[in-house]
Amino acid sequence: MKVVETMVQIPLDLEKIRLDFPILHTTVNGKPLVYFDNGATTQKPLAVTRAIETYYNTYNSNVHRGVHTLSQKATIAYEESRTTVAGFINAKPEELIFTKGTTDAINLLAYTFGKQFIKEGDEIIISAMEHHSNIVPWQLCCEDRKAVLKVVPINDKGELEMGEYEKMLSDKTKLVAITYVSNTLGTVNPVKDIIALAHARNIPVMLDAAQAVQHIAIDVKELDVDFMAFSGHKLYGPTGIGALYGKESWLEQLPPYQGGGDMIKTVSFDKTVYADPPLRFEAGTPNIAGAIGMAAGVKYLIGIGLDKIATTERVLTEYALEQLSSIDGLRLIGTAEHRGPTFSFIIGNSHPTDVGELLDMQGIAVRTGHHCTQPLMDLFCIPGTARASLSFYNTPEEIDRLVDGIHKAMKLLKK
Amino acid sequence: MTIKESQDRIIEDFAAFEEWTDKYEYIIQSGEDLPPMDPQYKTDDNLIRGCQSRVWLHADFKDGLLHFTADSDAQITKGLVSLVTTVLSGQSPADIADAELFFIDAIGLRSHLSPTRANGLLAMLKQIKMYALGYKVQQAQKN
Ligand SMILES: Cc1ncc(COP(=O)(O)O)c(C=O)c1O
Repeated sequence: MKVVETMVQIPLDLEKIRLDFPILHTTVNGKPLVYFDNGATTQKPLAVTRAIETYYNTYNSNVHRGVHTLSQKATIAYEESRTTVAGFINAKPEELIFTKGTTDAINLLAYTFGKQFIKEGDEIIISAMEHHSNIVPWQLCCEDRKAVLKVVPINDKGELEMGEYEKMLSDKTKLVAITYVSNTLGTVNPVKDIIALAHARNIPVMLDAAQAVQHIAIDVKELDVDFMAFSGHKLYGPTGIGALYGKESWLEQLPPYQGGGDMIKTVSFDKTVYADPPLRFEAGTPNIAGAIGMAAGVKYLIGIGLDKIATTERVLTEYALEQLSSIDGLRLIGTAEHRGPTFSFIIGNSHPTDVGELLDMQGIAVRTGHHCTQPLMDLFCIPGTARASLSFYNTPEEIDRLVDGIHKAMKLLKK
Repeated sequence: MTIKESQDRIIEDFAAFEEWTDKYEYIIQSGEDLPPMDPQYKTDDNLIRGCQSRVWLHADFKDGLLHFTADSDAQITKGLVSLVTTVLSGQSPADIADAELFFIDAIGLRSHLSPTRANGLLAMLKQIKMYALGYKVQQAQKN
């Protein structure tokens, strides 16, 4: 496939869209930036930075605690942001807890769910392709509750062994916590099947959607997922904000996570009555600007059209796959049938940091290392990979530059 | 050659390069020219764990001079490791302890010394300085 043939399949005016992201027009090491580290964090459109600026410059105030006009305005904006972000995944605002990000959301759930529902000998199921954020909180939980962590294996292509998963489910299983999309392999997991199999045994499921919400339109009601965690900064919003979705019926049963202001109904030294969800889980002054920025990002994406974003990213994925596969000596780590625009690769026996540095010299930003998935690297017997993760604002020409850049790096490294 | 002289020589070599690729070719070649490390020294004790790449360092003290052998699993790091050991090997502990390594900055690779890069080079330099200081103190006590 040629660049031109690829371009005609893209339903978005990329040149126009890229104007919304000033950083995409900067240079790095004297070359126009090619930003392929969207899996780590996406760039922010002006709509997001402007929303944050407007908040601080015109109605900055604390929320939920003042009758004065600005405080009411800030409270309305904060709660409207909740409604927007909840609406984005077809949830009710009461079911959406603002957190610092995915990590914070999973820790919140691991602590509260563990405290309420996990007993000695119970089991929690995760998978071999989880981010450390979806491993360590459950290890802490299991240690605390004397429970057992079970890990669903994957095959050589980086796909979940669904048969093994099914066998693992038992009366002891209290929760399944699995990633929707792998941040390292790009694999899109069959979450509908995962949820259906767990629900057949009345086991709730949490999805780590940190790498999913920015690529796939998600309807939590249709998926019937019980909990879902995601980050604002990977969704074109600011850092320091994210969300935990939980079905109302579940959130009501969970105890508070942290104590403080905003999370209570009444406080006395004898008895404190906690607020209802979601405020029960949002102690202290929240990240107001973050929530407003996250909602602005979500609105921006809706404005572009989630279907058009998905089509664009599918076309880019196919083109990138074809181009990368044509490089002799390049090995893709993760070759799942269903995948997103994230490509981990290694070149011969080169160290990923060398490849990353030589690409950086050419203005191409990729991530190198274990991508917070060390157990996965051990499984593939590699120290790490270089990872190019794309967004709808990337172009086929940029993929060509990556391929040229890899060839140049290979020449220098004599591979 | 003194530590300063061998650094100046590297800087001179780099001054001739016009393309960034020339720089990297030189560094990578330096890594390939590094004499292979005796496997008996490639132990966990001699391993300096950077976040991403690994560096092994072994120090030999002979006739009042320190000699270093080293290796890395990343080619660019190995090249820089090679340049550093070339500059510092065969010098006295006191000179090494007092040496200022200005050449890495001068050839435009300062970012390799940033803690966020975590490639093992910075940790290796610290280890070299520690060896040098240790032997310097030891010698001072003997005299
Ligand atoms: C799959 C996955 N889960 C969790 C996280 C953690 O997200 P955050 O660092 O925003 O909390 C990430 C991102 O690094 C991720 O890719």
